[in-house]
Amino acid sequence: MMTTLSPSSRAATRGWSDITIRNLFVIPTVAFLIIFNVFPLLYSLGFSFTDFRASSKAPVNFVGLKNYTDILADPVIWRSFSTTLWYVIVSVTGQFVVGFGLALLLNRPIPGKGFLTTLLLLPMMLSPVVVGLFWKLIYDPSWGILNYALGLGKTAWLTDANLALYAVAITDIWMWSPFVMLLSLAGLSAVPKHLYEAASIDRASKLYTFFRITLPLVAPILLIAVIFRTMEAFKTFDIAFVMTGQPQAELISSRLYKMAFAQWQTGPASALAYIVLIMVLCITNIYVKYLNKAKER
Amino acid sequence: MAVVSTRSGRLGNRIAIAIVLVITLIFLSPIYWITTTAFKPLVQATSVPPSVLFEPQITPFVKLFTKRAQLTGPVSPEVYEAAPWWEKLVLDGGERLARDGNGDVVFSAYPDRFVNSLIIAITSTILAVSLGTITAYGFSRFRVKGEADLLFFILSTRMLPPIVVAIPMFLMYRAVGLNDTHVGLIILYTAFNVSFAVWLMKGFIDEIPKEYEEAALVDGYTRMQAFFKIVLPEAATGIAATAVFCFITAWNEYAFALILTNRRAQTAPPFIPSQVGTGLQDWTVIAAGTVLFLLPVAIFTFLLRNHLLRGMSFGAIRK
Repeated sequence: MMTTLSPSSRAATRGWSDITIRNLFVIPTVAFLIIFNVFPLLYSLGFSFTDFRASSKAPVNFVGLKNYTDILADPVIWRSFSTTLWYVIVSVTGQFVVGFGLALLLNRPIPGKGFLTTLLLLPMMLSPVVVGLFWKLIYDPSWGILNYALGLGKTAWLTDANLALYAVAITDIWMWSPFVMLLSLAGLSAVPKHLYEAASIDRASKLYTFFRITLPLVAPILLIAVIFRTMEAFKTFDIAFVMTGQPQAELISSRLYKMAFAQWQTGPASALAYIVLIMVLCITNIYVKYLNKAKER
Repeated sequence: MAVVSTRSGRLGNRIAIAIVLVITLIFLSPIYWITTTAFKPLVQATSVPPSVLFEPQITPFVKLFTKRAQLTGPVSPEVYEAAPWWEKLVLDGGERLARDGNGDVVFSAYPDRFVNSLIIAITSTILAVSLGTITAYGFSRFRVKGEADLLFFILSTRMLPPIVVAIPMFLMYRAVGLNDTHVGLIILYTAFNVSFAVWLMKGFIDEIPKEYEEAALVDGYTRMQAFFKIVLPEAATGIAATAVFCFITAWNEYAFALILTNRRAQTAPPFIPSQVGTGLQDWTVIAAGTVLFLLPVAIFTFLLRNHLLRGMSFGAIRK
């Protein structure tokens, strides 16, 4: 047996044992999260196989997989999914280009850099719904500042079927490019200086230095930024919901909201929620994998 | 970056700084625009061309906090003279303040919603950070079976789309009478933020050397005393940063508040947009409400600036 006690096991003889403390510290949170996340999801899994409507007291019938097959056959839902996919692509690409571009520009000694960076980070901290609201003011076709500043006449940004999605994406890019910038800056500042010195001694071109030194070393953190924004963009609700009611720009979260709380199709909405949930969990899984990799570095 | 000593390098640097400054101005212009709108006279808020120069006034803020009605006729000079300065501002704009039976000014719903937001955000922040800190300590210092899986589970609850969780939550809350209550939203926001708090705090606690506590244990502290007297003070900065992040998340949350509250416990985010499109749109008042709502977050962003990266990456990336 043990002849010498480690300090922690000696402490175990006074007060609570480490195991008690561990259980006391960890179990309540895990239990709390199970009650408020897992249990509700199991509850709605049950509903996804029924024709339950939360607005009526009609008897609930088991319908098997009908809700799921209906959803997969519903062109409106497919349109929402493809709109969401396109929105994710436009918005995340925009954020990547603006954010990484800004980080490259900022990655040099600039007087007042800290203050400048903080100002640039402001948009992402603001409430998305309120941001959506004041961009509505900016986008207004007749007196909005955007049309006036760019001389676009009476462009109806938020009611035009072809423009509404892009208008929302522009707002999202405005909000979240700073996030990509922040992560990119962290990545860029971690690139060892001697690599650049060596490159300049070897008279390597700027382009070569960028593609062979900067990019490969920043790539892992950029990937984290992109996966995280993809996941968040896929879930977008607030901004799009307050900015436009244009059906061509309806994202999957808005569709889900309408099914569940405007049409009260609780059963089918639960089924759709499950499909969305599985997609999000897949992206989360990839995200956490890269997050842990970054942590190990 | 590369050593910039050449003349072309220095020029390139100047150009880059100039571009950054221009982009920063473009980035800030929407915030500038909404802020100035909150101080504009009504006619200038939606004028064409947009007015950049105007005489700032605080009438929109007076209107934000009060209920008003359109004036039907001219105000008698005695009434006008007797009115306090802030009421005169409203009268000048062609509206009168609504008064109750006792002649007291009737407040709008905005202050109520703002206070709801404060109560719910602050309480849920305290709960989430307390729970998150002790759980993070548990994960950081003790061997927990299936630690990686548990941590993934904890994080994944944060990633769930709010609307997906809101459907069953709405039904469960309706069944137990928690819809449209402060407690209901507080519990939900705590659940939402606790996962984030665990991840962020675990990073902060991992950085505190174990030797500190072990020394304390040798000195006769119990594990609990060591936690409270050694670990918590060491983690103070981390706790503060985590708290601010949790507060901002709860303060900004929209989807759950929209679905689970409608009057009594409604917070500002679902309330502010609901004011758009009710009768005559007074954008100056909406802007005033927006500015007041964004102000705490703007202040916190500045206080938090050195921890933003860490918070946004769930503690994975440190500076």
